[in-house]
Amino acid sequence: MIASENRGRVLRRLFRRPLTVIGLFLILANIVMVLFAPVLSPYNPEEMHLKDRHSPPSMKYLLGTDFYGRDILSRIIHGSRISFTLGLSVVAGGLLFGTTLGLVAGYFGGRVDSLLMRVTDIFLAFPQMVFAMAIMSVRGQGFGNVVLALTLTGWTAFARLVRAEALSLRDLEFVQAVQSLGARTPRILFRHLLPNLMAPIIVQATMGMATPILTEAALTFLGIGIPPNVPSWGGMLSVDRDFMETAWWSVTFPGLAIACTVLGFNLFGDGLRDALDPKLRA
Amino acid sequence: MMYADDGAQPMAPLLEIENLRVTFDGEDGEVTAVNGVTLSVGQGETVALVGESGCGKSMTALSVLRLVPAPLGAIRGGSVRFAGEELLMKTVEQMQEIRGRDIAMIFQEPMTSLNPVFTCGDQIMEAITRHRVVSKREAREQAVEMLRLVGIPMPERRLYEYPHQLSGGMRQRVMIGMALCCAPKLLIADEPTTALDVTIQAQILDLLRTLKRKIGMAILLITHDLGIVAEVAERVVIMYAGEVVEEAPVRSLFKKPAHPYTRGLLGSVPKLDRKEEELKTIPGNVPSLKSMPSGCRFHPRCPNARSLCAKAAPALLEIGEGQRVACWLYGLPSDREGVETL
Repeated sequence: MIASENRGRVLRRLFRRPLTVIGLFLILANIVMVLFAPVLSPYNPEEMHLKDRHSPPSMKYLLGTDFYGRDILSRIIHGSRISFTLGLSVVAGGLLFGTTLGLVAGYFGGRVDSLLMRVTDIFLAFPQMVFAMAIMSVRGQGFGNVVLALTLTGWTAFARLVRAEALSLRDLEFVQAVQSLGARTPRILFRHLLPNLMAPIIVQATMGMATPILTEAALTFLGIGIPPNVPSWGGMLSVDRDFMETAWWSVTFPGLAIACTVLGFNLFGDGLRDALDPKLRA
Repeated sequence: MMYADDGAQPMAPLLEIENLRVTFDGEDGEVTAVNGVTLSVGQGETVALVGESGCGKSMTALSVLRLVPAPLGAIRGGSVRFAGEELLMKTVEQMQEIRGRDIAMIFQEPMTSLNPVFTCGDQIMEAITRHRVVSKREAREQAVEMLRLVGIPMPERRLYEYPHQLSGGMRQRVMIGMALCCAPKLLIADEPTTALDVTIQAQILDLLRTLKRKIGMAILLITHDLGIVAEVAERVVIMYAGEVVEEAPVRSLFKKPAHPYTRGLLGSVPKLDRKEEELKTIPGNVPSLKSMPSGCRFHPRCPNARSLCAKAAPALLEIGEGQRVACWLYGLPSDREGVETL
């Protein structure tokens, strides 16, 4: 296909921008942490050094320790396994489900649209936290259940965004032109409409990374998320939130980890969006 | 690719539209966009469907492909037969097979009729592989051939270009190439040159004429430009406010237009050899679909209107060879059959 010959050009465009490369670097750093957490972390993330509680960053503990004397660097590295993976899975789940639903609703319009959007409204009507709590209390603690709960509450943003965009796209003549050539509906939806929606979807997906990471923290704080001894960035924030003034390092570094991850996805997403836009290609 | 090499003579109708009705759900209830339209296109024939904006000509054309924009619009009655088969009874899947293979369509806006995120080559190749079992290499060769056929220089290079890199005329050529790559029997051209400037217009019309001869296809040309009609059409169907008001071979139509609306249309074409201060127009406006006049829909603007015109709608009546007109000037209810009673 001609598409495959363009792939090289897209990649070259992608890496031409320093910001995109930085974004990719941040994402890759996360992936490395996820894969090699035990090798990279200087301490066992669950080990409590009771003599060194809330000790500031030093040569011994590079990023300091938390309220229980656990090494923050090690917990951030291990926390990526929960937080990074969680953010990614929830966004991927919402993307898959919400985008499909939004495409179908926007393309067909009418009754299909009304039905699907009312279902979406029902999901939106519940406060996300309450809905997630309900699911967690039924299904119990655990990583898989958190992903499930947050995906079920998080897909609506994608559905509404994609639906609105598809609604305006389907009136463009090229959709009619493709129909007039005999294209089947799934092909129109996923090959012709979807690529035209990539820009808003990428923005939504990269912005949406942070929410699940923080919601997981809230669930864990309430004791219905992930077991509290398992390190996660959100969990670290909620444990040491009260000591922000006396032990700034205990919340600053986990916060920075979240920020860097989100930033990484945003920068990379921006670059990806521009690289995929044929109008910006020279 | 196989092309018939002779200019086919009009034979048994390839496309027969009968009593077609298309409605739309508006904010204040249902409106009828196409009201009982009947027309036919013979094999290899070029028929022009002429009318002002909003008279239902595009909806008539979209109905043939069953592409009336759902869910607001719907075909409510009538019949559309293509090569003897009723299209309105086909399943969606059957229609998808027919679209692009037997009947293809080109659109008014070349700027938006190509998908902006794919190269021209990808889009033509998709149209080819949709209806034909060919390898990718063959599809690409056919795409190059198609681009060459529609007069695009350096087709091998254009294959890799995106729609925004081409001019409007070039895009319309690519669109025509896509529509014709499966050698359809009928091409529906919905104002194919309206968005182009005059020199490009002439080129595209030339191209359509040449391709028509090569492929031996029929064309249903939708336009509001009578100059184009005179140039390419063999037969003309005039629509006004959702109805056919006159149908005639192109020569008769220009020589002796029968319907007052047709006369008005021809009269409002500016002519170089006549010294006129002012451009002639038809008084009044096209009626809104929501408030159609009673009787003949043209009567409020018609110079020949009588009291009868406001009461009853005239049916199409044959007044000459191949010329049919819906107007009370050509026979009163007593002389005609099948007329609504007053």
